[in-house]
Parts: sequence; C-alpha cells; structure tokens
Amino acid sequence: MSPNEAVAKPKKNSKFRLFFRLKRRYLAIPYAIFLLLFVVLPMLMIFWYAFTDKAGNPSGEAAVAFFTTPSKWSVLLVSLFLGVQTTLICLLLGYPAAYILANKKLNRNGVLVVLFVMPMWINFVIRTGATRDLLDWIGLSGGKYPWAATLIGMVYNYLPFTILPLYTTMLKLDRSQMEAASDLGANPVQVFFKNVLPQTLPGIVSASEMVFMPVMSSYVISDTLSEGKITLFGNSIYLNFTNSQWNSGSFMAVVMLVIIAITMLITRKFDRGDATARRGGGLW
Amino acid sequence: MDDSGIIISLQHVSKVFDKTFVAVDDVSLDIKRGEFVTLLGPSGCGKTTTLRMIAGFDLPTSGKIFLNGRDITNLPPYERPVNTVFQHYALFPNLDVYDNIAFGLKLKHVPVPQLDKDGNPEKGIDKAAVKRIKKLIRETRNDSHLSEEDREHQLSSLNEELQKALTTEVPLYKMRKLSAKEIDEKVAHALEIVDLEEMEDRDIQNLSGGQQQRVAIARAIVNEPAVLLLDEPLSALDHKMRVDMQLELKNMHKKLGITFIYVTHDQEEALSMSDKVVVMKDGAIQQVGTPENIYNEPTSAYVADFIGESNIFGGTMIGPKQVRFLGANWACVDDFPLNQKVDVVVRPEDVILGEKGKGVVDGRIISSIFKGEDYSYELEVGKNEITCRDHTARLVGSEVSLSVAPENLQIMEKELTSNVYTDAYIDKNGAVVIDGAAFACDIKTLLKGSTIDENGYLVDPKSGKKYDLNDADVIASFDLDAPELSDDLEAGEITGTIVGSVWIGDHYQYIVRTEDEEDFVCNTPYQWNIGDHVSVHVPPEKIALRLKKGLDSYVAE
Ligand SMILES: Nc1ncnc2c1ncn2[C@@H]1O[C@H](COP(=O)(O)OP(=O)(O)O)[C@@H](O)[C@H]1O
Ligand SMILES: [Mg+2]
Repeated sequence: MSPNEAVAKPKKNSKFRLFFRLKRRYLAIPYAIFLLLFVVLPMLMIFWYAFTDKAGNPSGEAAVAFFTTPSKWSVLLVSLFLGVQTTLICLLLGYPAAYILANKKLNRNGVLVVLFVMPMWINFVIRTGATRDLLDWIGLSGGKYPWAATLIGMVYNYLPFTILPLYTTMLKLDRSQMEAASDLGANPVQVFFKNVLPQTLPGIVSASEMVFMPVMSSYVISDTLSEGKITLFGNSIYLNFTNSQWNSGSFMAVVMLVIIAITMLITRKFDRGDATARRGGGLW
Repeated sequence: MDDSGIIISLQHVSKVFDKTFVAVDDVSLDIKRGEFVTLLGPSGCGKTTTLRMIAGFDLPTSGKIFLNGRDITNLPPYERPVNTVFQHYALFPNLDVYDNIAFGLKLKHVPVPQLDKDGNPEKGIDKAAVKRIKKLIRETRNDSHLSEEDREHQLSSLNEELQKALTTEVPLYKMRKLSAKEIDEKVAHALEIVDLEEMEDRDIQNLSGGQQQRVAIARAIVNEPAVLLLDEPLSALDHKMRVDMQLELKNMHKKLGITFIYVTHDQEEALSMSDKVVVMKDGAIQQVGTPENIYNEPTSAYVADFIGESNIFGGTMIGPKQVRFLGANWACVDDFPLNQKVDVVVRPEDVILGEKGKGVVDGRIISSIFKGEDYSYELEVGKNEITCRDHTARLVGSEVSLSVAPENLQIMEKELTSNVYTDAYIDKNGAVVIDGAAFACDIKTLLKGSTIDENGYLVDPKSGKKYDLNDADVIASFDLDAPELSDDLEAGEITGTIVGSVWIGDHYQYIVRTEDEEDFVCNTPYQWNIGDHVSVHVPPEKIALRLKKGLDSYVAE
C-alpha cells in the first residue's frame, strides 16, 4: 500500500462522518425554531415589557407600582399561602395513599394506581365545573365559603400529581434499610421518621414542586370555585394582560419566574440528582 | 439468665411462606455463649430465613426461639439484643459514616441509679418486675392449654413472686439516653476495631465495598449486642479482601467475646472461621459439628459432597467391617448389616498411591494438575474415576495401586434406593398419575396372570371377577436407574428442573424437581447442570405399583 492511499482513505471516511454529523444536527432545526419562536422570544418580550414604560422607554415604573400597591402584592401573598396550604394537604393525603399503593400486598396488580390517577384523564375545566356543582350540592358553595371551596378544588386537582412521584419513590423503598433501622433499636415510629421519610424525601420534593407552582399560577380553579371572590397571582397576570396593562402584567410574570427559580434552587438541594424519583413528573 | 451456657436456642422452628412453601423445616439448634456458629448450605436452603427469625424480621410459622432462656419468638427486632450485618450492608445513604454507626446508640436507653436529694441511691419496689409478673398471671389465667391443676400451681407460685416483688425494695433506676460524649467514644472505638479511623465524616456513597462492609460491621458491634448475626457479609468482596476480612472477623470475634452466627454458602469460609458448622439442605439441618468433625465424618453423601472435595462411591457391605466398591474389598471401621447398600466417601488426600499391585486396587492416571504443594490426579479404576492428592510427581498413563486407611473410609447408609410416590392414582386409561402427569404402566402387575378387557377393566382369569381401577389410589415406585432424562421436553411424561447433583463414583445422581415440588431422583452417567430444564421418562415396565386399598374394593358391577 502506498503512503498516499493510506492518507486518502481516512479522509474519505471522515468526510462521510462529517456529513452524517451535520445531518444529525439538522434534525434539531425544527425544534430550535420552535424554541426561538415560542420560548425565547416571548421571554425576551416579557422582560422588555417588564422594564419599560408605555412609550417603550426603559423604566422601573411597573416594579415600583407592584411593590407599592398593597392590593397587588397581597395577591401574591394570598397565592403563596394557598400554594403552601394546598401542597401540605396534598402531601398529608397523598403520602399514606402512595404508601398503600406501593404496597404489593394491598395493591396486587396496580389497579388501584389507575383508580387514583384517573381524574387526571378528565379535562380539568370540566372536572372543575363538576366539583363546583358537587360543592354547591353539599352546601359548600363558593359564594359562602370561597377559600374552602378553592382549597378543596385545588387539592382534588393536584392530588394525583402528588401521589405519582411519591408512589414511584416508594416503589423503590429499600426495605433492608428499614429492617436495619429496626434492628438497631428503632420502633416503627422511629423507623418512619429516621429512615422512611429521608428515603422518600426526593419524592416529597418533586411532589411539592408539582403542586406548589401550578397552584400559584392557576386561575381557572379559583375563578370557578370561589365564584370570582379569590384572585390568585395567575388571575392577576391574566387580568392585567386582558386590560392591556402589558408592563405591569409582564413585571408580575417576571416575579413569578423568580419565585419558580427560587423554588427550583431550594428543591434541587434535596434532590441529589435522583432522576427516577421525578419520573412521575414526566406525566404532567 | 440460666447457667447452661446456651444463649440462643431454636426449638422445632419452621417457616412456611405463602402457606405452602417450607423454607425452614423443623430446625432445632442450641448455640453456646461466645461461639462462632456458621450456617452453611447452598443458596435457597433457608439460611437467611433462619437468621431473620433470630433477628425478628420474620416470625416462625411454628416453634420457639429462646435467648438466654427467655422466649423471644414474638419479640419485635427493636427489642432484641441482637444486631445484624446485612448481606448488602443496608447502610443509610442519607447519613455519613459517623451517623450510621451512631444510629443505634442514639436510640439506646441505659439505666442509671436514681438518686434522692442527698445524692443517695433511692430504693423502691421494682415496678417493671411487678408489671411483668402481672402480665404472666393474666396469661396463665387465659391459657386454655393448661390443665386446671397446672394452672393453680403456676398461679400460686406467680402470686408468691408478686408478693415478694411488692414487698422488697430494690435500688431504683432511671433510663436515660447516652450523652454525646459517650456516643463519640463508642463510635471512635468501633471505628478503631474495624480499622476505619478518620473516616467519620465520609459519605457512604464515596466508600469502597470493603469500607462499606466495615461500616456495617461497626454499626452492629457498637451496640454491644448479645449476638451478632452476619448474612454472607463477605460475598460482595473480591477474593483477596474476603480472605483478609475472614481473618479480621475471626480476630474480632475473639476480642469482643460476642456470639457470632454467620451465614455462608462457601464451605471453605465456614470451615476456616467457625467453632461450629451447621450444614443445611432444603430448610433442614443435615449435620452439626466442629469443622473437623464435619469434614472427617460427614454423616451423609450430601454433606460429604458439599464439604470439600470428595469421592463418593456406591458400595455394599460384604462382611463385618468389610465393604466392596471400586470392584475390590476394603477394610473399614464402620459396621453395617450384611448386603447393606452404602455410600463410601473418600477424601482425595486420604488415598495412598503406590507401586502397581501393592495396594487394594490398581488404577491408571488419566490427568494430573500441579497444585503448588502437591499434585491432584484423576485416576481410572475400572469404569470409575477417583480424584487423589499425592506429593510424588507421576506420569499420566502410568499404572498405580490405591489404598486407603480403614479409618479414612467414611461409610454411610445409602440415602435413597428408589423413588416412591404415595399420592399416585390410576386414571381411566390405566396409566398411573404421579404429580399430575400420566405415566404408562402395566396395571396387570397388580394381579398375577390377569388380563385387561375392552372396557379397561382388570380381569381375574380364575374367578372371572372384573376390577375397575379408575381413580384407585396406589403407591408407585421405581429404581433410581429407571428415569431417563432428556432435554427434549416432549420426550418424557413430566418436566422439571435439576436442583441437585452428586457424582457417585461412576455415575451422577440428580434430583429433578417438578413445578409442584415433586422430586425424581435418578442415576445416570450423563452430565447435566443444576438448573437445566429436562423431561423425565420412566419406561412402563420399570414402574412398580401397589394398591393402597385391597383389590376387592374395586370390583366392577
Ligand atoms: N418472603 C418470602 N416469600 C416467599 N419465599 C421466600 C421468602 N423469603 C425466602 N423465600 C424462599 O425461601 C427459600 C429459602 O430462602 P433463604 O432463606 O433466603 O435461603 P438462603 O439464604 O439459604 O439462600 C428460598 O427458596 C426463597 O425463595
Ligand atoms: Mg441468603
């Protein structure tokens, strides 16, 4: 073989490979365009509107207005409070439920899981309408008890999202660790707090994420169930935009983004890269 | 505490899973204080289950477990002074090394003398004892198994005890948690024992397998348990580490003086570490003894085969302390009835090789492996093969003589001479159904000279009586040589998995277990592997039948 040939061959080969690599890269182009149009551009627009005035000049007007108008940030506080309350109740209800579902003896073939998750399959506007009628019927109408009605509606809507991530972590619960704890002198209550709870922490964290953030930003449920008596942050943003108050609406959207970023940062600490615990998230 | 020196006693302990599967079968075992006891047996023989019942994770289906004479059968794990080193360590990944080891200590309560204002120990009645005796009294009252007389007797003695407890004053104790300093010291000491000083702050995930192993041991021994249970603790380590850890565990056992109950399937490990070895098979104890005892005097072919290298031959007793196998007559020290079929176990290192014609029997060397300090030879003696160890270098193909000192011939009654099925019955086609499978057989053997008519009835030619044997219960049996194994699953009447295999001199003995847990034992010169799925065929003429009821109960109308 001549030295020339030896050089020529790999060259041809690498050209071939380059072509392929490029080709593979082309496949990403549709998504890149999508990303640009529907994620990056809107984000830029939000930030642009948030920090300019009506005339389009840079300005902190919207920010100042938001923090100095109690009616505006009280909506934020109410939303945060409702978010925390819904999350806690969902965890309290969902944790034991998930534990039962993950127990092979009680849930032989996983039928129960489907039963618990089924509400998710119904369009949630319809579901919420039905919830309202049901609450009216048992005397808990949104007109009289707006907070309770909203809370019940939220819990009902987001409970499946709590149960799924908890259920997936509980399926992987390491029983030998629980036995080890018991072996070392922990009674059942201590086994729960010292071992089961830490083991399921990633599930608790992602369950909370899946409830807290959507509750904050949702508005259909609170609107429908409180008969317009409770305004959440999501409503507020929506109203701003429908009233053509683009700047203040955008600034509130930025506030929302910051809150989400903060929650993510906090929860990331607990997650320790536990990817499977978040599998339930994929369904959302 | 009693003075018998026995710390753990299992009494007729059985464990049945899912109502049918017997994992542990009537195990009785006494373990002395400070002993290093090993449960040894192949995977699935019930070692872990036995250990788990001692730890309290599983409750026995029947039988009792005593610790220091106290019945702990139903005590939950956290109330037993027993700690476990788990097979896969089961460390807490959310805690660091220190917190893992301190886990038990932080939960522990220790008694301290209760002091009055002047700092003198306070005295009072022993409330705990009173409570305990009252509970016993209640239980005795409600115990329906006791006769009236026994109950009265026990109650009166218990009441006496109660009176005594109520009137005597004892120093009072308070329970308190260990202080941070005490925990620190104990953890440091435990880390020193397992050689992990300076590792307190490390994360569990960042430790090597060997280090995790040490943490698991430290986490258990730091609680100073009465008994330490170890479930194949070294199985995840590589060979060299395993050997090092064996030594360290042995030393730890000596230093700590704690009773160790150790589980392994590795016979070398068992023999080198233990004071006492318990050989198990199918949930039952096969033999209990010192390592030497188990090795030199196995009581069954199973134990002999499992413990160390051994040659096992089928033989026959031909006179007082005379056994015939390998086509020769050998002197031995065990006595069995004349013509008794026996298994003879010969350890390779007990075979003495010599000049051709000078021993009991001659053989030819067919292979040789140098083992470092000696050679391992395969010899052909007639149609048998035998493995020997010898220090002299010999040529493959050369002829040598073999002899064995009489006391080194281990002879035991043959375990099985035929397959017997007591739950068989005849079906409408005149076949015998064993374990749900129909085997063609000759029902004419049930009555000498009989014939079968067109209805399938058995006809007695002399009396002309007809017998309808459909559904008749029979005991079916056939020799171990009768079953034929095949990997063509259609070739036999029933299929199963090979669960046991022993080489007996010139043939293998396999146990084929069917899905319904029926065993077919069969001798064959062909080689199969444990786990192979095979079909079993039994030639009709080899099946012997015996009716459970008399033939007269089957007279046809
Ligand atoms: N929880 C359980 N349910 C049903 N069968 C079990 C259970 N635990 C163990 N077994 C069965 O009991 C037998 C003995 O198991 P084990 O004690 O773990 O054996 P070893 O430790 O000797 O390998 C095995 O056949 C196993 O499949
Ligand atoms: Mg095991």
